[in-house]
Amino acid sequence: MTDPVLRLTDVRRVHGTGATQVEALRGISFAAYAGELVAVMGPSGSGKSTLLTIAGGLDQPTSGAVVVEGADLTGLGLDARARMRRTSIGYVFQGFNLIPALTAAENVALPRELDGVPARTARQEARAALEEVGIGELADRFPDDMSGGQQQRVAIARAVVGERRLILADEPTGALDTETGEEILRLLRARCDAGAAGVLVTHEARHAAWADRVVFLRDGVVVDETGTASVDLLTEPAAR
Amino acid sequence: MSVKHALLALLEQQPMYGYQLRAEFEQRTGTTWPLNVGQVYTTLTRLERDGLAAAQGEDAEGHVIYRITDAGRTEVATWFTTPVARTQPPRDELAIKLALAVTVPGVDVGTVIQQQRGATMKALQDYTRLKRQAAGATAAEPSDLAWSLVLDSLVFAAEAEIRWLDHCEARLRRAAVELDRRGPRPTDDASAAPAPSTEGRAR
Repeated sequence: MTDPVLRLTDVRRVHGTGATQVEALRGISFAAYAGELVAVMGPSGSGKSTLLTIAGGLDQPTSGAVVVEGADLTGLGLDARARMRRTSIGYVFQGFNLIPALTAAENVALPRELDGVPARTARQEARAALEEVGIGELADRFPDDMSGGQQQRVAIARAVVGERRLILADEPTGALDTETGEEILRLLRARCDAGAAGVLVTHEARHAAWADRVVFLRDGVVVDETGTASVDLLTEPAAR
Repeated sequence: MSVKHALLALLEQQPMYGYQLRAEFEQRTGTTWPLNVGQVYTTLTRLERDGLAAAQGEDAEGHVIYRITDAGRTEVATWFTTPVARTQPPRDELAIKLALAVTVPGVDVGTVIQQQRGATMKALQDYTRLKRQAAGATAAEPSDLAWSLVLDSLVFAAEAEIRWLDHCEARLRRAAVELDRRGPRPTDDASAAPAPSTEGRAR
């Protein structure tokens, strides 16, 4: 089997110390391969969002390894991690997180420009990405002049621009109605079918069902998994 | 399910013979609720007996063609405008199984829930895959749209089942915590209490 795009090995994340210490992740091992969408489900406080922020390099684990496209994020400095986030990892949030003062195209082009791609090229890539998510005609609009579904499409375009191979989505349909939500899932799915690896955090089974595999978390450990998993993909946390 | 009304509704479109009716039914509902052709012919005989449909001769291949009668049209119109009866909830094996699992000693309810949730999730994934293939959202053909809506119904039902299972699991966990908080059970007390006094005596 080829190497996964994302691999977490025995990842722990502890918040706080002493009596107030909370163990958000208690030794999770998890992988996402190119071409597959993996859903992570679990009740509030199960650690699913922590898992995603760690996979995306937005947070560091207390221990364990986080490997994205062969690079261990835990061994990288701040700058190198930020570069990984711009070039390899696309993040989609429930609240869209677009910059209101920038147009759709500028929002999508921003990570490319920060990465040193000439402005002209970045804009062209941004327009192509917006075209791909079906809103090419809205490239010059500002986020405030768009519906929630349109803003989330911009966010997806921003997450995939520059051929990033790992797409992390945290409740991306949470703020959208049923049909618009499904369109967003269709786009994520299409991106994974085209070769990206996707991780979708959701508390809705209907949305998780778009994934190839569904991983259930509880109290910071994987308790169950459905789909075409081989034993290699799911390692039980070490006994404590 | 009312096979009788479903067949009448199809006959309202145009006269048909048994195999045709079955094919039309399945085109709209997928193979979710398969009809065997024997069931179709028995129903047609009953519809004819009740004056809701009538045989109107045979086609070149000898199939008996049925048409709807005026009384049949009235029956279909009433069916469409009357809500499906909900007086008695259908017997739900899963609800019964869980109700028994929490009361019969020695059953690992957590495992029962987890296994069911995995199986239902898998079914939900299958329905979703079918939906993706059906490209249903913008279906122009009425029968494609019908199939897509039937799939949605299955999706929502499976989702509701998973939500209910999550809810059961959370309540069981809360109940277990509650039980712990109420302190050790009498049997534990009995074994723990004598210890200090034994120690005292030893001294």
